[in-house]
Amino acid sequence: MVVLRFLILAPLAAALLNLFFGRWWGKKTTAALACGSVFLSFCGALRNAYAIQIHSLPAQRVIVDEIFTWIAVGRTVIRMDLVQDNLTCVMCLIITGVGFLIHLYSVGYMAHDGGFRRYFIYLNLFVFFMLLLVLADNLLVLFIGWEGVGLCSYLLIGFWHADMKNASAGKKAFVVNRIGDFGFLLGMLVILLTAGTLSVTELKSAVALQPIASGTATLICLLLFLGAAGKSAQIPLYTWLPDAMAGPTPVSALIHAATMVTAGVYMIARLHFLYALSPLASGVVAAVGAATAIFAAVIGLAQNDIKKVLAYSTVSQLGYMFLAVGVGAYTWGIFHLTTHAFFKALLFLGAGSVIHGLSGEQNLQKMGGLRKHLPVTFVTMLAGTLAIAGVPPLAGFFSKDEILVAARLAEPAVWSGRVLSGIGLAAAFLTAFYMGRLLCLAFFGSSRVEKEKAAHLHESPWTMTVPLMILAILSAIAGFGHHHFSEWLAPLFGHAAPTPADIHDRVMWASVAVALAGLGLSALFYIRSPGIPARIAAGLGGLYRLVADKFYVDELYDRMAVKAVYWTGVLSHAFDKHVIDRLVNWTGGSLRAGGFVISFLQTGNVGHYAIWFLAGVSALLVLFTGGAP
Amino acid sequence: MDATNLNILSTLVFLPLFGAAVVALWPANDRSAWHVALYFSVGEFLLNLKVLLGFTPEYGGFQLLERTEWIRTLGVSYVLGIDGITLWLTLLTTALTPIVVLAAWGSIQKQIRAYLVSMLILEGAMIGSFLALDLILFFVFWEMMLIPMALLIGVWGGPRRIYSAVKFFLYTAFGSALMLVSILALAYLNYEKTGYLTFNYLVLREFSVEPGIALVLFIGFALAFAIKVPVVPFHTWLPDAHTEAPTGGSVILAGVLLKFGVYGFFRFCLPLFPDVALRAAPCLAGLGVVGIVYGALISMVQTDIKKLVAYSSVSHLGFCMLGLFSFTLEGMAGSVYVMLAHGVSTGALFLLVGFLYDRRHTREISDFGGITQVMPFYATAFVFTALASIGLPGLCGFVGEFLSLAGTFLSQSLPGARWLTAAAASGVILSAVYLLWMVQRVFFGEIRNDRNRHLADLTTRERCAILPLMALMVWMGVYPEPILSHLRPTLESLKVFVTIKSVQIDAEYGHPEPPRQVPEPQPGNSPEITSERAVAYEF
Repeated sequence: MVVLRFLILAPLAAALLNLFFGRWWGKKTTAALACGSVFLSFCGALRNAYAIQIHSLPAQRVIVDEIFTWIAVGRTVIRMDLVQDNLTCVMCLIITGVGFLIHLYSVGYMAHDGGFRRYFIYLNLFVFFMLLLVLADNLLVLFIGWEGVGLCSYLLIGFWHADMKNASAGKKAFVVNRIGDFGFLLGMLVILLTAGTLSVTELKSAVALQPIASGTATLICLLLFLGAAGKSAQIPLYTWLPDAMAGPTPVSALIHAATMVTAGVYMIARLHFLYALSPLASGVVAAVGAATAIFAAVIGLAQNDIKKVLAYSTVSQLGYMFLAVGVGAYTWGIFHLTTHAFFKALLFLGAGSVIHGLSGEQNLQKMGGLRKHLPVTFVTMLAGTLAIAGVPPLAGFFSKDEILVAARLAEPAVWSGRVLSGIGLAAAFLTAFYMGRLLCLAFFGSSRVEKEKAAHLHESPWTMTVPLMILAILSAIAGFGHHHFSEWLAPLFGHAAPTPADIHDRVMWASVAVALAGLGLSALFYIRSPGIPARIAAGLGGLYRLVADKFYVDELYDRMAVKAVYWTGVLSHAFDKHVIDRLVNWTGGSLRAGGFVISFLQTGNVGHYAIWFLAGVSALLVLFTGGAP
Repeated sequence: MDATNLNILSTLVFLPLFGAAVVALWPANDRSAWHVALYFSVGEFLLNLKVLLGFTPEYGGFQLLERTEWIRTLGVSYVLGIDGITLWLTLLTTALTPIVVLAAWGSIQKQIRAYLVSMLILEGAMIGSFLALDLILFFVFWEMMLIPMALLIGVWGGPRRIYSAVKFFLYTAFGSALMLVSILALAYLNYEKTGYLTFNYLVLREFSVEPGIALVLFIGFALAFAIKVPVVPFHTWLPDAHTEAPTGGSVILAGVLLKFGVYGFFRFCLPLFPDVALRAAPCLAGLGVVGIVYGALISMVQTDIKKLVAYSSVSHLGFCMLGLFSFTLEGMAGSVYVMLAHGVSTGALFLLVGFLYDRRHTREISDFGGITQVMPFYATAFVFTALASIGLPGLCGFVGEFLSLAGTFLSQSLPGARWLTAAAASGVILSAVYLLWMVQRVFFGEIRNDRNRHLADLTTRERCAILPLMALMVWMGVYPEPILSHLRPTLESLKVFVTIKSVQIDAEYGHPEPPRQVPEPQPGNSPEITSERAVAYEF
C-alpha cells in the first residue's frame, strides 16, 4: 500500500523541480521527470487498487491518509485528509493512466515548442490538483483541487498567450467556472450549517443517522450542481468548453475531455447519498444532462473545426454522464466516464496527430483522404469513432446502452424515463452521424489539403502513436469489463437491480440501430454523394446558420450578462465619482466658503467689533431673561 | 515574563523611531542611509519574531504588558500590550517595511533619505498604535501615523499629489477628531461614575456606558474607523491617495494603514460598546457587502492599474467588516485573516505595479499588452499575486474569505445572514473578472506599443522584494494553522467578553425590544432571560 500523500506529491515534486531547476537541464530530463512522476503515481494507484481489492471486509476497503488540519476555527474544522475507496481508485487510475499516455504523447507533440518546460510544469501541476480533487475527503479540500485544475486549465488554454484569442478563451473558462464555484461555495456553506461538517465520510454517517430535510437537501444538491455544471460544461454554463480548444491538443484531450470536465460527475457520484435524498434535484440533473446531450450534439453537426466537433461531442457525452447520475445509475455514469476517457482522449490525440501532420490545419473542409498518409492515426481514430458511436462490441456501446436502459426504467421527478431515454437515443444517433462525418471528411474522399501543407504531411513519431494504439485497444475492449466494473463499485452504489429482459433488449437493439444508421448516413453524405450536405444546408437556410453559429448563445450571454455587468460597473464608477466624491469635496468646499464669508467680519475696525459685541450681549440677555424687561 | 523579554514592546515601538533619527543624522550619503534603514527595518522584523516566540498562544488576554505613569494629573498612562490580533498585525507591518525600504532604492528619485526617515517614523507610529493600551497614547500614535503618510503622498507622489495628500489628511483627521471627543467623553463618564480619571483601555473596557450615550460615542469611534477601513461611502479618499502615492506609500497604505480601521472596530467598538455594536452589526455588515460588490464593480471598469488595485482593496476590506460583524469565531478569524492576506497580496500587487511604473512611467492598461514576452518573471509574479488576491484556494486570499463567508452564513445574531453571504460570495466571481481581465490586457496578446519592446525583467533587488511575499502567499494559503492557533484564544476571549458585557448592559439598563434570536421572549428583564440570551449568543 502506498501512502496517499506520495501519490499526489510525485507530480507536484516533478513540477517544482522543473520549475526551479529546469533551466539547467535539457528537454529530455524535463520530459522524463514529468512523465516518470505521473507513471509513478499510476503504479501507486494500481498498487492501492490491489490492496483494496484483496480486503474482504467492506469496511476495510478504504485507504486513509490524515495529513494535517488545514483550518480549525470555532465549529469549522477542515482536515487535509485523503481517502481512497473503490470510486477514487477508478478516478486515480484514469487520471494517472490516461494522463501518463498524454504526457508521453505531449513529448512528441510539443517537441518544437519554445514553452516546453512551462507546458510540462502546468501539466504536472494539473495532475497534482486533479488527484487532490478526487482523493480529498473534505469538500473544501476537494475545492482546492477543483479550483487548481481550473487554474491549470486557464493557464493551458492561454498557453500560446501571444494570441489574444487564446488568452481570452482562458479567461472565459475561468470566469464561467467561477460562476459555478459560486454555487459550489454556497452549497458547501449550507452543508456546513446543516451537518456541521464538510468531510464526506462524516457527512455520510451523519446523513445515515439522521437524513437531511428534503428541502435543504434539494437546495444543497442544486447549488452543488451549479458548480458541477460549470466545471463539466453543462447547460447553461457550457460555453467555455468549445472555446477552450484554443489550448494545445493534448491538453484538450487530458483536461477538456478525459479528466477535469468529468469532475462534476465525480462530485455528484461522490455525494450520491445526498442526491438520493432529493428526487427533485436528481431529476433536474438528469433533465439538464439529457438536454445538454442533444443540444450539444446538434451544434456538433455543423462545425468544421475538427477540435470544435470533438468539443461539442464532449459536452454531449458529459450530458450522458449527468443523465446517468441523475437517474441514480451512478455506476454507469462512472463507467461511461471511464470509457469516454479512453475514446475521447484517443479521438483528441488522433485529431492532434492529424493537426500535427498537417502543420496546424484544423479545418475539416481542408482535409480528406488522409488514411493513406496517416495509417496508424486512421485505424486508431476509426476505433475511437466506432466506440463513441456505440457500435458493439466496442466500449461506448456498453456504457451508453446501460445508461439508456437505466434512464428508461427510472422514474425521475422532472421528465419521464421514456422521454429521457428517447432524447438519449436521438443524441446517440446524432453522435454517430457527426463522428462519422468527421471521420469521412478527414480520412476518406479526395484530398483537399493545401499544397504546401501536403508536402510536409507525415505520420507522427512513436511517442505519439504508441499512446494512440494503447488507447485504441482500451476503447475497443473496455466494454467487456462492465460486469466487473459494477461489482467493483457495488460497495458504494449497491448492486444494480436486474433489468427486465424485454426492455433491455429493446433499448439495446434501438441503440445499435441508431448507431449504425448514423454512421451509414454519414458515409452516404460524405463519401458516396458529397453534394447532399450542401443542398440540405442550402434548403434549411436560416436554420442551418442558426446551428452553425451555435444558436447565438455566446452572443446572447454577451448581451444579457457581460454587457450588463460591465455597464453596471460604469454606472457605479460614475456614481462614485460624481455623487459620492463630489459630496465629500463639496463638504470641504462649503466649509472653506463658510470660512471665507465669516472672514469678512474681521474688518479690523474697532467700531464694527463694538457693534457686534453689543449685539451679542443683547442677544444673550434676551435669551437668558426670556425677553422680560 | 522572563528577563529577556523585558520592555520588548517598547523596544519594538521605539527602534524604528530611533532608526529614523539615525538615518536622518548619521550616514554620509544616500546609499549608506538606505543600508542603515534596511538594517533597522530588518532588525525590527527580527525583534518582532522574538515577540512571537515570547508570546503564549494559549492565553487570550494581553501579554508582555508594560505599564508606567505618563501624565499623572490627567490619568494618562503608558500601557503597551499585545494579543493574538495585534501580534499578527505587527508582524505584517514589520514584514512589509523592509520590503518597502528595499524597493525604494532606484524607485525614489529625490530626497531618498527623507523618504526613509518618514517610512521608519511611520513604522514606529503604526506599531505604537497597535500596541498602545491607553486611549490617549493610542490617539497620539494614531495621529503620528497621519503626518509621515501625508508627506509620503505629498512629496514623493504623482502629479495630483497635493490634492490627494490634503484629502487624505483632512478626511482622516476629521474622523480622528470625532474619535478624540468620544475618548474624552468616555473617560469623563468613567470619572463621573468611579471618581477615578484614567484613559487606560483595560480599565475603561470594564465600564459600561448607558445605551443612549453609548450610541453617540460609538458613532464617534466608528466613523473614524469606517473612514480608515474604508467603508463605503467613506472610501473616496482611498483611490486618490493610492493613485498618487509612491509605490512604498501605497504598499504600506493598503498593507497596514487600512487595517487600523478594522482593528479599531475589533479593539474599541466591540469591547467598549458591545450592545451598540451588536445592534449596529447588520448595518455595518451590510455596508461591508455593499463594499465588496460595489468596489469590485468599479474596479472592473478602471483604466489605471493602480486605481483598479485600490478599488479592489475596498472590495476586500468588505470581507473584513462582514466577517467581524457576523460575530462568530469563524467570521472574526476570517476578518483578521483577510486583513493579513490582503496586506500581503495587495501589498505585493502595488509593489509590482510600481516596478512597471518605474520602467514606463505610465499605469494605463491600454499602454501595455504582451508584457509577458519581455518580462516573463514579472508576469509570473504578477499573475501569481493576482490569483492570490482573487482568492484561489491554496493561496492566502481564500482562507480568510471562506472563513468570513462561513462565519456570516453560520451567524445567528445577524438578520438575513444567508442573503448577505450570497451577495458577498458574488464578489468571488467579480474579483476573477476584474483581475483576470486586467492581466489579460496587460500581459497577453502581442506587443503593440514599441516602447514596451525592450523592457527589462525584474532586477535581483526587485526579485528579493517580491519573492518573500510570494512565499508568504503560499504558506498562508496552505498552512494557516500557526496563525489561527495564535488567534483563536484571543478571539474566543473577546467574544466571551463582548457577550457577557452586552448581556450585563441589557440587564442593567433594560432592553427596549426583545432580542430577535430568542425563540420565546419572556416579559421583563429577569435573570433567566440573561442566561437564555447568553445561550442565544452562543458562547
